Amino acid sequence: MEKVIHRKLGKNILSLGLIILLTFTTSLSAQEGDPAKGKALFNANCAACHQLDKKMTGPSLRKVEQRLSDDQGLDRDWIYAWIRNSAGVIKSGDAYANKIYNEFSGAAMTAFPQLSDDDLNNILAYTAEEKAAPVVTEVPTESGTSASNSGGISNELILGALAILFILLAAGLYVVNKTLRRFAVAQNIELPEATQRTPLWKVFVKNQFLMLVTAIFFLLTSAYFVFGYLMQIGVDQGYEPVQPIHYSHRIHAGDNGIDCKYCHSSARVSKTSGIPSLNVCMNCHKSIYEVAPETLAEGKKIGVDYNEEIKKLYAAAGWDDAEQKYTGDSQPVKWVRIHNLPDFVYFNHSQHVSVAGVECQTCHGPVEEMEVMYQHAPLTMGWCIECHRTTNVNVKDNAYYTKIHEELSKKYGVDNLTAAQMGGLECGKCHY
Amino acid sequence: MSSNKKYWKSVEELNENSSIVETLKQNEFVEEIPTDEFLGDKETLEETSTTRRDFLKYVGFSTAAASLAACEGPVKKSIPYVVQPTEIIPGVANYYATTVADGFDFASVLVKTREGRPIKIENNTMAATNGSANARVNASVLGLYDSLRVQGPKKAGDSISWSAFDTETSEKLTNIAAANKDIVLLTQTFASPSTSKLISEFKEKYGNVRHVVYDAVSESTALDAYQAKYGERGLANYDFSKAMTIVSVGADFLGDWQGGGFDSGYAKNRVPDHGKMSRHVQFESNMSLTGANADKRVPLTPTEQKLVLAKLYSLVTGNNVSVNGLSEQVEAAVKSAASQLKKARGNGVVVTGVQDVNAQTVALEINEYLTSKAFDPKTPVKTRQGNDKAVTGLIADMKAGKVGAMIMSGVNPIYTLPNASEFEEGLKKTQLSIAFSMKADETSSQVEYLAAAPHYLESWGDVELKKGHYALTQPTIRPLFDTRQFQEALLKWTGNDVSYHDYIKDAWGTNILGGSSFNQALHDGVYVGAIATEVEETTVESSDDSEESATEATPSGNAAQALVASAKNKGLELTLYTKVGMGDGQQANNPWLQEFPDPITRTSWDNYLTVSKADAAALGLTNKNVANGALNGSYAKVTVNGVSVTAPVIIQPGQAKGSVGLALGYGKTLGLKTEMQTGVNAYALYQGFNNVQNVTIEAVGGEHEFACVQLHNTLMGRGDIVKETTLEIFNTKDKKYWNAIPVVSLNHEETPVTSPEVDLWDEFDRSIGHHFNLSIDLNACTGCGACVIACHAENNVPVVGKTEVRRSRDMHWLRIDRYYSSETSFEGDNTKKDNISGLGSSLSEFGEMENASENPQVAFQPVMCQHCNHAPCETVCPVAATSHGRQGQNHMAYNRCVGTRYCANNCPYKVRRFNWFLYNGNDEFDYHMNDDLGRMVLNPDVVVRSRGVMEKCSMCIQMTQKTILDAKRDGREIKDGEFQTACSAACSSGAMTFGDINDKQSKVAKLKEDNRMYHLLEHVGTKPNVQYQTKVRNTTEA
Repeated sequence: MEKVIHRKLGKNILSLGLIILLTFTTSLSAQEGDPAKGKALFNANCAACHQLDKKMTGPSLRKVEQRLSDDQGLDRDWIYAWIRNSAGVIKSGDAYANKIYNEFSGAAMTAFPQLSDDDLNNILAYTAEEKAAPVVTEVPTESGTSASNSGGISNELILGALAILFILLAAGLYVVNKTLRRFAVAQNIELPEATQRTPLWKVFVKNQFLMLVTAIFFLLTSAYFVFGYLMQIGVDQGYEPVQPIHYSHRIHAGDNGIDCKYCHSSARVSKTSGIPSLNVCMNCHKSIYEVAPETLAEGKKIGVDYNEEIKKLYAAAGWDDAEQKYTGDSQPVKWVRIHNLPDFVYFNHSQHVSVAGVECQTCHGPVEEMEVMYQHAPLTMGWCIECHRTTNVNVKDNAYYTKIHEELSKKYGVDNLTAAQMGGLECGKCHY
Repeated sequence: MSSNKKYWKSVEELNENSSIVETLKQNEFVEEIPTDEFLGDKETLEETSTTRRDFLKYVGFSTAAASLAACEGPVKKSIPYVVQPTEIIPGVANYYATTVADGFDFASVLVKTREGRPIKIENNTMAATNGSANARVNASVLGLYDSLRVQGPKKAGDSISWSAFDTETSEKLTNIAAANKDIVLLTQTFASPSTSKLISEFKEKYGNVRHVVYDAVSESTALDAYQAKYGERGLANYDFSKAMTIVSVGADFLGDWQGGGFDSGYAKNRVPDHGKMSRHVQFESNMSLTGANADKRVPLTPTEQKLVLAKLYSLVTGNNVSVNGLSEQVEAAVKSAASQLKKARGNGVVVTGVQDVNAQTVALEINEYLTSKAFDPKTPVKTRQGNDKAVTGLIADMKAGKVGAMIMSGVNPIYTLPNASEFEEGLKKTQLSIAFSMKADETSSQVEYLAAAPHYLESWGDVELKKGHYALTQPTIRPLFDTRQFQEALLKWTGNDVSYHDYIKDAWGTNILGGSSFNQALHDGVYVGAIATEVEETTVESSDDSEESATEATPSGNAAQALVASAKNKGLELTLYTKVGMGDGQQANNPWLQEFPDPITRTSWDNYLTVSKADAAALGLTNKNVANGALNGSYAKVTVNGVSVTAPVIIQPGQAKGSVGLALGYGKTLGLKTEMQTGVNAYALYQGFNNVQNVTIEAVGGEHEFACVQLHNTLMGRGDIVKETTLEIFNTKDKKYWNAIPVVSLNHEETPVTSPEVDLWDEFDRSIGHHFNLSIDLNACTGCGACVIACHAENNVPVVGKTEVRRSRDMHWLRIDRYYSSETSFEGDNTKKDNISGLGSSLSEFGEMENASENPQVAFQPVMCQHCNHAPCETVCPVAATSHGRQGQNHMAYNRCVGTRYCANNCPYKVRRFNWFLYNGNDEFDYHMNDDLGRMVLNPDVVVRSRGVMEKCSMCIQMTQKTILDAKRDGREIKDGEFQTACSAACSSGAMTFGDINDKQSKVAKLKEDNRMYHLLEHVGTKPNVQYQTKVRNTTEA
């Protein structure tokens, strides 16, 4: 499925070891290197700072070897030395090393002494590859959607066919009836005349009891609907406003599996979960400046250009992607608030998230599947109370609860207290 | 049988041929109803094209549109930071230690900030130095969000830029210096080592520089006396926690005497401990907070006070000074006080507020003679440095045109000087006048350059509160406006490029810290220097041997003789004083302080002339309660040397005959909202910086409407409201005698009301979990009112304004009731009540008891929601909006309340407050809640109540819940002392103790078992969770 082009460092050592092992065992021609292995190594070690075709923290690396030898007359050994200990090369007074060091405003490159010659050859082989022509992705998900859709269509077809069948049957019956009548008239058979009875509705109107019952029924029904209507005023379940930046929780929390509290960190300690400030976004998006082509195509289908949305983020944060630096010209993002509690309700995220250990999804729904965030729960008092009545207090390893839980559970004769039994239904716990 | 009696409806009908009667026969009203006024004139009515039908259509349409729109929720925006500061987590409060130093109030405080906004001032418990946060300091946070602050530098009323300001002023200063004219810095008391250093650098650069320190309310005489005796300009420090016998002659040391901040020390010895408590005798003319707390109070005119002080000196030191003219009773009181002091020796202390160098010297001498432990001349208090003579000299020089440049900071002389016009005249003769001010006030609107100054919560600074005891001021928010502090400007003028922060850091590093960390000092807010520790050590060492030497070196008594000589009575004497709520008046635009009821008179939004009952009768001045109960008073014209002001009169029990009092700090006219322009400016009478003036008073016509929140002043012998006893009885008799639990009859047997058999309700088991109790010690409570303002700030309590207060619609969740005895003591009241028998006696004597005594005993009692376990309010609420929590708090769900006010009717303590208006959205209430700036002070954890709901003290449930949540998150138990309410945290005297009584080791649980503990109106059987500790008075005469 979707994935961003380059992940950050973080492949585990095991896979790295495995790759190295493989490199040794399949000792190919030392000078040539294997681009496939090189790609893996590149992504694991270099991608945090380097791209093939784009200047980032460090220079772009497409055809770096060729470039260096053509322009600077530097050989592969120089590259080995630089990668394994760039600081040493700079110190040695190497002219080009110092030039490049200053060009990137003194950002020292991490030393990689653990990379063998083979590894480096593989990486260089990867960088030496020609740029692949942009693949016009006939998105594979298409089939998936059509498959799931086809089920729906076939159901409709069957229903349609059945409906046509019934219409045909009815028409047939009508035709038969008409024909029979014609025969009867033709053969002078007396058709029984329908006696003039009082119409049903008149009987109904005259029957006072029935009228009363109906009236009551109608009143109750309308009362039910009016009540339902009134009760939903101010309940914004399903509220799904358009946000200034199309931010997809599906991609971040779902596909990439980022923990909710990475961005909404204050949920752990504060009453508010907090909308992440832009510097949190930029932690990752400094290096993630575009999405994978598949993801992009997927976005296009719902009319969103994810790369444009990232650009919006850059504009807001004041990040100049070309120069890789902040311009200082930032613009806070005016998000539309989705979950609104009335002022007279006090709700504390940390109580639920940190103390009770409630999953975010319990109240916010399947966020990891939401392309656009919406309000999952009704956020009514009844909904709160329902949960407090049924949820047990998480007392595990919490010295605060030890005494009170022991005494209260004895009093109520239960093993585990619910939040309600702990006092979670008292007015003053949420209204002050 | 028919009657020929004629009935008449009014006296007018008796008058034959009365035109009114004739008119009334025809019309319902005598005067024509001015219908035109509300219907508009006919012409405009006819001209308008809107027909009645159209009008109705519009009404119909707009109603429908409004109701439709109401169904749609508004779109709310959430705007996160671009780069979130690491120290800020939205929803979590940060605390910063800083120091208030506005020239009048000096205190080390903690500032609570939320999302970068300071919202509350709390006590800095690390600061052992004088000066905890009083009511004004608590309220000062609101000054930051004052909508009338000057938002940028101005030249002659027009905005200019700071760079223009710099170039212009520097140039002028250089020219003036070159012309050899005086450059004067007229400032408040900064007590700041860094500022002093800066000023000396400024002097070096410009040469002819004079620095004049001006305190609006002068302590110059005390400073002079101290300087003459000890060679340094400062004030002797007093630690009342070391005094067991306190004699004060006119010193309101629980108020603002010599900078204030003595209350917490004083309160320590007021609570009987092992049968002992301090004895406090007060001689004074106005009824002050200190006098109200005294064990014995002797009302005296200021002249008599001088005599008393001299007499006291004579009796204590044995150095004979002949004093005549004291009445026998007073003489006896002085003798008794003197003998107690002599007995107490080092444990005694004498303080005086008489503004006379001799008087101050005498007090210093007596304390030296006594070798008083509470008296500390070695670490002088630095928070008052004003010099009256220098100010007087300055005005003369200004008038003579000698002053070329006038730079002012933190002062408002045109408002605070009695001879303001002379100052104004002099100011016009200067070539350059600059005022650093937060407001376009009386002075800063007269100067050429108005330099917008920041609030102290936006500034850097340092203070030497007393010698060797330093404190730092740090900004808690970025400057809201384009402001610059005085010190930054000095740096610019001296051509120094460093910021004031760096300057302070540097100065501290070289002169003060002696190697300690600046960051640590900044974190703590206070730093006690090496000098102070040394001095304190030597004090301890020398205290023993100095006793003898001091006794040998008997003071000469010259000062006392001079004092007697100066004490000549010249008729009615006025004592000018400062109110707990207003101080010197710089916070006059603070609605919290305006609405804060004075602890003594319980009157808000005013200052007034306090007159004794006898004098009032002689002068024809009256107070009366009008139909709705509110208080009205006559006006009096007060004249001092030809200057007169007309002030309303309050008849003050305890006011010495022949004396009157008037508070400074009111009557400001510029730089504040119309609502806040209250009272009269008493500074006009503050001639020669003397707070005592000879006055003539005459009644003038008209009636003043007061906003007084307590209309009944006496207890009527109802000892179950404020329980009182004497130290002797407390020590010798059983609790049953002086703190009996009320009994009711059950099967003809006396049963205590606390027993479950006589209870209407079934007891709920509260032994599990927390059970909060608040204990209020009536002995330690001085009535200072810091808790009232702290409650305001914590709980978003609205300000309602003067007219609403008059209608008894004040919203204070916490009030401090003040009661006077109707006899000379409350004990006397009880006896009188008990002796009443028969209808005649009860009618007359209860009537008498409604009037306070001439010199009453006073009791303060903070009252907030008592959080009754058996609450009468809860049972009557038709919608169950108020209910009880397991933790003992009486909850109030505002969103559930429909406003029947039944609960308020049923509350025996009258602590529930009804929201008559939408105070935060009604232009009629132009206080802080109605502008965007003022709203920044609101506590986001507490809802702002709407119109039509009842509200009351919640026992700061948001704070207890926060403490619980923090403990849960850390997975630990809660320690005693962690639970606090806003009031208990603000109480620096330790009168309020809050905690969990289910934690048997907690302080409050022990207080609950204390013999002195009682509940307010216990016989009602409400079982409150607020307890009071019986007041004990030390009436032991020597």
